[in-house]
Amino acid sequence: MIRVQRDDFDLGRELTALTVGNHKVGGLAVFVGLVRDMAGGDAVAAMTLEHYPGMTEKLLTEIEAEARARWPLEASLVIHRYGRLEPGDQIVLVACASAHRQAALEACNFLIDWLKTKAPFWKLEEGTAGANWVASRDSDEAAASRWAEKDDVAE
Amino acid sequence: MKLLYFAWLKTKTGIAEEEVSPPVEVTNVGELLTWLQDRGPGYAEALADLQVIKVAVNQTYADPDHPVKAGDEVALFPPVTGG
Repeated sequence: MIRVQRDDFDLGRELTALTVGNHKVGGLAVFVGLVRDMAGGDAVAAMTLEHYPGMTEKLLTEIEAEARARWPLEASLVIHRYGRLEPGDQIVLVACASAHRQAALEACNFLIDWLKTKAPFWKLEEGTAGANWVASRDSDEAAASRWAEKDDVAE
Repeated sequence: MKLLYFAWLKTKTGIAEEEVSPPVEVTNVGELLTWLQDRGPGYAEALADLQVIKVAVNQTYADPDHPVKAGDEVALFPPVTGG
């Protein structure tokens, strides 16, 4: 399941709901992204996440389907927020449940890596020197490309 | 054709979305971007470096040689920074 929303989410409630009643699940891997108060040595007071309504949901659905094609998952959930967020706020949740830990952990890692380089979100940081659009990072591209090899195998 | 601009492309062009009717010579993404560069100073600045511009046609990532036509939704944006 994927959700794109302005509102915060209750982490405990979401994770409980994801696997409740499914006793085939032996492991649940979770990534939660939070707003930092520093970026490259500069203080960040807040950030605003913009996205492309429609394409965002389409991309997240595709990425989730790819994860479920690659790993035997019992359940998966991606929640990504948009709008204005402050340090400490939750931005994104990726959770994957599987019979065994390896599939859950790898799928979770894959989902956040791909999401970061494909899903159409942009961060505008508010710092002491004004607002700045966050630049993309080569390290994120490198992290996502780790999974490309398996792409070829899958095809 | 409906154009959408996001993040600093929206800031620099001063436009979030617009309807355009490019000339018939504009048949693909690359030609559309070149045509847009000449539409005014905001466009020229926003589209100065085409290497850093991502394009989606009807909500799917598209290369410069991807065709565009009347009725398409074409979005222009910088590399994504979510997560």
